[in-house]
Amino acid sequence: MSSSCRRPEHMAPPEVFYNEAEAKKYSQNSRMIEIQSQMSERALELLSLPEGHPCFLLDVGCGSGLSGDHLTEEGHCWVGIDISTAMLDVALDREVEGDLVLGDMGQGMPFRPGTFDGCISISALQWLCNADKKTHSPPKRLYTFFSTLYSSLTRGARAVFQIYPENSEQLELITAQAMKAGFTGGMVVDYPNSTKAKKFFLCLFAGVSGVLPKGLDSDTADRGVPNQVQFSGQRSRFKNMKGKSVKKTRDWILEKKERRRRQGREVRADTKYTGRQRKPRF
Amino acid sequence: MKLLTHNMLTSHVKGVTKGYPLLIKATEVKVSEVEFNPQFVSRMIPKLEWSALVQAAEEVGHLNDLPTELLPDYENNEEFLRKVHRVLLEVEVLEGSLRCPESGREFPISRGIPNMLLNEDEA
Repeated sequence: MSSSCRRPEHMAPPEVFYNEAEAKKYSQNSRMIEIQSQMSERALELLSLPEGHPCFLLDVGCGSGLSGDHLTEEGHCWVGIDISTAMLDVALDREVEGDLVLGDMGQGMPFRPGTFDGCISISALQWLCNADKKTHSPPKRLYTFFSTLYSSLTRGARAVFQIYPENSEQLELITAQAMKAGFTGGMVVDYPNSTKAKKFFLCLFAGVSGVLPKGLDSDTADRGVPNQVQFSGQRSRFKNMKGKSVKKTRDWILEKKERRRRQGREVRADTKYTGRQRKPRF
Repeated sequence: MKLLTHNMLTSHVKGVTKGYPLLIKATEVKVSEVEFNPQFVSRMIPKLEWSALVQAAEEVGHLNDLPTELLPDYENNEEFLRKVHRVLLEVEVLEGSLRCPESGREFPISRGIPNMLLNEDEA
């Protein structure tokens, strides 16, 4: 992807960045689909919904419905909200089961109190931390979002956000506004020692103090991404990177003699004795 | 936009105290078939504003024989649950608009998606 080395939220506001071309690319990229699927699965796991009960959930920043499909798969009914018409159009084309709403999360959730049994959000919250317009104040928008979300959740419901925080200040800003809005909870970090596999999940509880689930680590069984090289008995021999022979070996000597012959100097003939190991006494 | 979602939507414009229920003006309505889950329907009923649901169903022309008052002991009444299921999940508004009862502000609906984006002065 063109923006892989930069943060997308530094390039343009979300409704501009996720235009038709980007929306199409996003939803057809198999790697993106796989990652989003995995994160949605993990977020749903962290939501700890009661087994076998179909619930009414909110998907914030639902985009083209990649995460929403997962909710449908688990038997839940959901409403998705997103700011990009292009992404929502792709969701419609993909015929997602959830109801879609076009809205700006920083303006507040337009729902009645006690509507949802839970909320998930995949890779969306970091967009709120940047001021895209002169009138935007990120802390205020974050607070508006969290406070309206808090009221639209039933007592005891959870909200799980998978985010890509830019730095610790951003993380602090987000958690501070969430706490101010009345949420309890904290961050769950999966694979904290791996740069590639590390994922941040902000788990918030509305009304009931819950126990924060543990983050995944490479020590925990099958899902681990190995972040340590297993003991290897081999001594690694590095080939000479420059492509030249190591100095003073027989190859080097022969090359040097050839070079000097080309220069026109008088050089001894190459024999089986060339470059042979002599006794130290020599 | 399903009527279940409509029952939960309010106007969140700054300064509006009674932005619910939003009045539906539908130009295109669709009825589809959705798998009936009695457990989900009976769990959602206590969350609903019943009068708003009846009003919405009437506005889209699908009131049919939905009772105007919520029946007690609805959990075991499968016929009633089916009627509710139909109105909540099978009737969809594709084109039209939602109108705030207090301010009159309209939220357009296009391809089934209501546009709840607010202007700078409304947020």
